[in-house]
Amino acid sequence: MARVRARRRETRDTWTLAIDAGGLKFQPGQFNMLYAFGIGEIPISVSGAPGAPGPLIHTVRAVGAVSQAVTRLKPGDTLGLRGPYGTAWPVTESHGSDVVVVAGGLGLAPLRPAIYQLLAERDRYGRVAVLYGTRSPADILFGREIERWRRRGDVEIQVTVDHADSLWHGHVGVVTKLIDRAAFDPDHTVAFVCGPEIMMRFTASALGAVGVAPERIYLSLERNMKCAIGQCGHCQLGPTLLCRDGAVVRYDRVRPLLTVWEL
Amino acid sequence: MTSVKHSVLTIDGLEALLDALGRRGFRVLGPTVRDQAIVYDDIASLADLPRGWTDEQDGGRYRLLRRDDDALFGYAAGPHSWKKFLHAPGQRLWRAERNAEGMSVVGEAPSTDRLALIGVRACELHAIAIQDRVLLSGGHADPFYRARREDNFIVAVNCGEPGGTCFCASMNTGPKAAGRYDLALTEIAGKGGLLYVVEAGSEAGCAMLDELPRRDATREEIAAAEAVSAGAAERMGRVMPATHEVPQLLQRNLDHPRWDEVAERCLTCGNCTMVCPTCFCTTVEDVTSLDGASAERMQRWDSCFTMDFSYLHGGSVRASPRSRYRQWMTHKLSTWWDQFGTSGCVGCGHCITWCPVGIDITEEVAAIRASDVGAASPGG
Amino acid sequence: MEVRGLDRLICEHPLFAGMAPDHCELMGGCAKNVRFGKGQYLFREGEPADEFFLIRHGRVALEIMAPGRGPLRFLTVNAGEMAGVAWLVPPYRWLFDAQALELTRALSIDARCLREKAEKDHDFGYEMMKRFMAMLVERLHAAQLQMLDVYGAGT
Repeated sequence: MARVRARRRETRDTWTLAIDAGGLKFQPGQFNMLYAFGIGEIPISVSGAPGAPGPLIHTVRAVGAVSQAVTRLKPGDTLGLRGPYGTAWPVTESHGSDVVVVAGGLGLAPLRPAIYQLLAERDRYGRVAVLYGTRSPADILFGREIERWRRRGDVEIQVTVDHADSLWHGHVGVVTKLIDRAAFDPDHTVAFVCGPEIMMRFTASALGAVGVAPERIYLSLERNMKCAIGQCGHCQLGPTLLCRDGAVVRYDRVRPLLTVWEL
Repeated sequence: MTSVKHSVLTIDGLEALLDALGRRGFRVLGPTVRDQAIVYDDIASLADLPRGWTDEQDGGRYRLLRRDDDALFGYAAGPHSWKKFLHAPGQRLWRAERNAEGMSVVGEAPSTDRLALIGVRACELHAIAIQDRVLLSGGHADPFYRARREDNFIVAVNCGEPGGTCFCASMNTGPKAAGRYDLALTEIAGKGGLLYVVEAGSEAGCAMLDELPRRDATREEIAAAEAVSAGAAERMGRVMPATHEVPQLLQRNLDHPRWDEVAERCLTCGNCTMVCPTCFCTTVEDVTSLDGASAERMQRWDSCFTMDFSYLHGGSVRASPRSRYRQWMTHKLSTWWDQFGTSGCVGCGHCITWCPVGIDITEEVAAIRASDVGAASPGG
Repeated sequence: MEVRGLDRLICEHPLFAGMAPDHCELMGGCAKNVRFGKGQYLFREGEPADEFFLIRHGRVALEIMAPGRGPLRFLTVNAGEMAGVAWLVPPYRWLFDAQALELTRALSIDARCLREKAEKDHDFGYEMMKRFMAMLVERLHAAQLQMLDVYGAGT
């Protein structure tokens, strides 16, 4: 059982909850199953800094019955929480490499713990770039924090939107266009990609086109999840059980699976 | 200590076995006739067994027929498998109450029944071992399954009458029982009536045998028992072609036109998943009381043939029947290896018998193999 | 075979209207007639983009598969138009699926063959590129307008 400590609205349909879960530890990329009393459970990636003391941070988009109930919880309310489950972004394994983080829409939330880790030990990595694309300026997550990252000066930040009004002076266009502008050495780069599956397929393809090897690209995949412990069969994608072999997967291993219709 | 000695029990000896199990506090489960099929249920004595019955099975066909003897085990397997008792169709996981602090959760207590399974076939033994791997290993043992598997007493039976849809021989899972059993019986015709040649497979089995009115088996009786198994292996109703090649064959033929063809027949009714002894998929239902003060979570058998199974972002990932049939068959025969290190299929043929349109998993493999689009050599 | 008929078909295709007959002949050498039944795929995401299609009759939908949402159709290509542009630039790999919505007859042009001929004969290459460029600019403008979601709820 866990308790909400704080709640903040991020965009029109997305909230971040700080949840006290008794000091549970997690790796960047892992998720917890959050339970809304009497309604159900959903898998939500942790979006806070691994190793930070205090409550666990989860960013949730209200799209269904359970997520709507979870995003309505107020400080003091209780919910169920179990985890953490799943595989992690190979952040420390990328020491010495350039790192490109490509996020689409809500995909920035599961990537944020990896970004925190990269920034916390910035000198262990080469060039670091965070490329973020979303629908419109109103849908930008963690906007102020992104600006703080940009002001550091030691990490490249590029944000783009699919469409905007005249108040927006940033990039407008698909996120893969940012890849050509970013400074990194494809032969020595590891890429972490998270977003809608179509976006991840295009992004992996675009990274490959500039020379990043498929075994150095990592995606975070999503399928229907119920037990999160490899016993209910729902999260299968071909030979993988995403609760156990994912959500973070290496692109070369899943590429043939992603192009089979309805696998 | 596994006894290699073969014993013989008469019908009375078998009855004594059931009594002994009952006295030891086991819940005794075995085959019985009900609703024109041989099903698994609680049994009180040998009188509950399907004495003198046999079955006729084919694609989409199951009939019981009268034998001209009184054999207790003269049939293949029916619609049930032991997963009905071990991996329960419905299981409450926990109850939750709202209270002043928020909510409190009380986990459901696992079962304390000790189960004795009478008449477990070779394919079923393998299926139990396969489900053990899925549900007990991997760091998150299912406590309810574990409790129901604890202290089982398993009396296996070596098949004498393989069914029209059986193919355990080509899956290397039978017909002779192998694996973890306490006792294994082979029913043979003796001079005075039916006899049971018994092997113990465990210390508990040995100990049990010592308490029963047993005698040593003669050489002829042992030979007769072996002939039963050898004969059964020759009379399989179906064959899985090139078993060792099947996992790779299916992986390279995910877009084979045969999937479209079988999709035209498949009703996605999910019968195959219900009768398959290894299918383990479950879903959970969260329910709440009308006043919202208490809630509970129920785990239920699920089937990959439902539209809900792969629900994501407003729709099913596997919306077409084609994709759902392909998921079931490739999981069973191919990706099960990647996930759990064994095949998911034990060659019992239940899916063939109980498919309303008689889809035959061995025939589907043969069809794909005949025009393997991913074959290395042309015309393969 | 059908080589003579193919040059004429190419010259008659709206995309290549006005192209010199010997250029049509060059292209014809890389072409063949193909036909797709309703529901058949011309190409699939991830496959090598080794050919493209000049549609003569019928209609083709360009779409992409999204798990849980099914195939998302974003463009249809009709008679007189061309299906497939990924063959023009490396890595020559299809980004989308193309499905025939009805019986479709097309000329399949071998992309490698055409690229080689364009390299050898720059006049030919330029004539071809002018026509492809016009088509691409029009398609780009259309895509940009489509993307504005002018009918949308507005957020």
